[in-house]
Amino acid sequence: MDYEKLERSARLRSRAVKITTYALLTLWAVMVLFPFYWMVLTSVKSYGAYNSEWIPRLYTLSPTLQNYREAFTAVPLTGYFVNTILFTLATTGIMLVVTVLAAFAFARLNFQGKDLVFTLFLSLMMIPNELVVITNFVTITNAGLRNTFAGLILPSVTSVFYIYLLKENFAQIPDELYYAAKVDGTSDLKYLLRVMIPICRPTIVTVTILKVIECWNSYVWPRLITDDQAYFLVSNGIQEIRENGFGRDNIPAMMAAVVVISLPLIVLFLVFRKKIMAGVAQGGTKG
Amino acid sequence: MHVTLQNLTKKFPGRGKKAAEVIAVNDFTFRIPDGTLVGLLGPSGCGKSTTLNLLSGLLSPTSGRIFFGEDDVTALPPEHRGVGLVFQNYALYPHLTVQQNIMFPLENRKGKDKLTKEEMRARALEAAKLVQIDGLMERKPKELSGGQQQRVAIARALVKMPRILLLDEPLSNLDARLRLQTREEIRRIQKDTGITTIFVTHDQEEAMSISDLIVVMKDGVVQQIGKPQEVYDDPVNQFVAQFLGTPPINIFDGAIRDGKLCIGTTPLLDVTAADQEDLVIAVRPEGFNPRQNGIFSCRLHRVEVMGRDISVVCGHESFIGENFRAIIDSEELAFVSGDTVRFDLNPNKVFAFRKDSGQRIRF
Amino acid sequence: MEQTNKKAWLYLLPAMAFLGIFLVYPLIDVFIYSLEEGYNSASQTYFGVGLYNYAYVLHDPYFLQALKNTFILVLITVPLSTGIALLISVGLSSIQKLRDLYQTVYFLPYVTNTLAVGLVFMILFKKTPYTDGLANLILSWFGAGPIDFIDGPYWAKMFVLCFYTVWVVMPFKILILTSALASVDQTYYNAARVDGTGKLRIFTRITLPMISPTLFYLIITGFIGAFKAYSDAVALFGTNLNAAQMNTIVGYVYDMLYGDSGGYPSYASAAAILLFAIVLTITCINLLVSRKHVHY
Repeated sequence: MDYEKLERSARLRSRAVKITTYALLTLWAVMVLFPFYWMVLTSVKSYGAYNSEWIPRLYTLSPTLQNYREAFTAVPLTGYFVNTILFTLATTGIMLVVTVLAAFAFARLNFQGKDLVFTLFLSLMMIPNELVVITNFVTITNAGLRNTFAGLILPSVTSVFYIYLLKENFAQIPDELYYAAKVDGTSDLKYLLRVMIPICRPTIVTVTILKVIECWNSYVWPRLITDDQAYFLVSNGIQEIRENGFGRDNIPAMMAAVVVISLPLIVLFLVFRKKIMAGVAQGGTKG
Repeated sequence: MHVTLQNLTKKFPGRGKKAAEVIAVNDFTFRIPDGTLVGLLGPSGCGKSTTLNLLSGLLSPTSGRIFFGEDDVTALPPEHRGVGLVFQNYALYPHLTVQQNIMFPLENRKGKDKLTKEEMRARALEAAKLVQIDGLMERKPKELSGGQQQRVAIARALVKMPRILLLDEPLSNLDARLRLQTREEIRRIQKDTGITTIFVTHDQEEAMSISDLIVVMKDGVVQQIGKPQEVYDDPVNQFVAQFLGTPPINIFDGAIRDGKLCIGTTPLLDVTAADQEDLVIAVRPEGFNPRQNGIFSCRLHRVEVMGRDISVVCGHESFIGENFRAIIDSEELAFVSGDTVRFDLNPNKVFAFRKDSGQRIRF
Repeated sequence: MEQTNKKAWLYLLPAMAFLGIFLVYPLIDVFIYSLEEGYNSASQTYFGVGLYNYAYVLHDPYFLQALKNTFILVLITVPLSTGIALLISVGLSSIQKLRDLYQTVYFLPYVTNTLAVGLVFMILFKKTPYTDGLANLILSWFGAGPIDFIDGPYWAKMFVLCFYTVWVVMPFKILILTSALASVDQTYYNAARVDGTGKLRIFTRITLPMISPTLFYLIITGFIGAFKAYSDAVALFGTNLNAAQMNTIVGYVYDMLYGDSGGYPSYASAAAILLFAIVLTITCINLLVSRKHVHY
């Protein structure tokens, strides 16, 4: 056997594989990042400059913040923002209370038919949102809750999946802690607040972040339930801007609005990167 | 096939930015004769597994060379080395049957080495018969016991007729009874096939019982190489003496004064070495012979009879540790009674080491 | 015991109330709606019970268009995104340097607003009186185009929709696949290498079987997700998807419910039930296939 040749070809091959791998990975990274780059780039081009570029330019030498001023003044972007923040905070807050209480009951308390009820709960996970949205729309409309925050928030304050996730987490806390607390005369609610929630904080934080992302991006339900701009969330706002705002061709201003809308979640992601990715790997789905 | 290691060294970069690099194997030179079974022995972290991975090619050395026969394979990637490797956890592919697992290495062959399905099946069956698992060919690994999985792993390593066979802690995942049986089995298979075999273990008894040669390593440095009995009878330093043997060797403070080897202040044996203080005197448990007027007097704590072995647990103020243990013959039991027991020492079972370096002082 | 019993139900009450009103009741109700013929949402009356709503939906050209679009979208994007995600994940698992950076970048689309970024895709592909857009610039390098991807021919619009859908679903798939690949015991690879197994064979004979459960999970959830496509299409083509010939089944449901042609909850219900009959069937087929091919 010709060892030298074998060694050389093996070395060459492994280098070629490495280069191809990095090239492929970089290509996809560019595909992912390019739209973000384009959105920021376009948002700092002036209206005149953008529309005079028959061949789009990949950079600009005279960036301007004019479009951002426009985005906040010509369309009610601030209003969309405030609405989304209120909606996100309220939905996430109520959801946490509801799911934590339910998870606590399943994990810690004993009652007749617990297993049966829990199984029923789990089977609810299979119900697709698209099936129930029709009746919910009618329910909310009949209750006169269209174009109100209550109508926006109420249908999305429970999540069977998060109840399941929290219950599993709560169940890992050793029983001895509970008995010790009972002996000391701690009430169930106090035990939940002072012992279980602090111990399970990482999971609760994950659930919170995932819910915030979901709220910030929610589009379908808000679109159905609001037609008054005063109650639009950012997703509906951006759709409204696209169809009626700025005058159809002011794309730089539109992109400025898109940047402003995307930024909070990107910052959130960069801060909680590990947590978000671990949480999604655990059971988040999109689409 | 003989295997030669020449100044083999492997350094790993330290973890963290400022940590010093770790020298896992340091300047290892050794020629393994054809057809021998070699045990690499040492505590965890001594570099024995690294050495094995250097031989298989999964790691490449920082410096030094490796030869299989006359071929320099130092830079050769593992797939071209023709080694059989049995992993500690066996690494059997869980989705393949026993037969598919054993045939796997054969299916990799290309060009003129390519085998037909029938040839592969025949070879797999042959290997399976060698390790006596030919009745289990259609099972999946998870349907097998630990010992059976071990045999499948060995069959898979043997089926490609490797130039050398490497075993990483082959017995550590088996229970005690199976371990005894399997190590005999490994010995038999190695003799039957005549393949140069190198295995890694932290269990000195395992290495001693089946190896032709053992290599004792510590902190990446080879301490001693030799036939098991030779190394046991003639350790080069305190580490080797203490690492080999169950129950372990007994260690006392001592010195050589006026041509006599002393434990504490008690002179015991006439020696020719020069006088020196600060020694460690090590005595194998079987080196103590109880006698009516023995020269070494100790406190007797208790006698433990465990089957064939009788061990006498004693105390002595110069012993490093709490109690030491002597293994005696049943006819010597007559001399053991009361609070004190007196021993004569077998000079061949007594070693002296320097306290600071652990170097053997020959006397 | 009696005490805890009562208290436990109290803790469960909010969750049960919300789930009952917004999940269980609607599930039953949607079937009732779908069977009520001629339902009038203003007067809440109907004049018969039967399968007419289903028949109507199945003959509605808009529904058939949506059905066709959805199937094309599913059949293209699910295999494509799973395949590319697998390729990228394998590449990602084989490197050490910059791995964290790549992983972070790849996950970005997951946390961005589908509607907002869809707008960026629209301007990248759109042809306007002022510019042909960047996509056409690239096409022109190869001597092709210009094509209006947003208001132009059907296949061009479908291409953009598929492209954007793949872009959006990729982060989740890459994330799941990389963690599946990382959980394969490294010694299997070492064992295979020592036995002289080629890279490709290691991949097909060891890696793929080992991650096959995850792969099938992704394919199944991928099918379900793709059948429910909607926001991506809205982001690219605006809310009037029927006019753009780009509607999806879910889009059809919402349009029937509320929108330019809306106000027909019965038709919407029938369409939604049809959609889930399809999804259920496909999922069952998937599960049957996977039982045969997934090892352990």
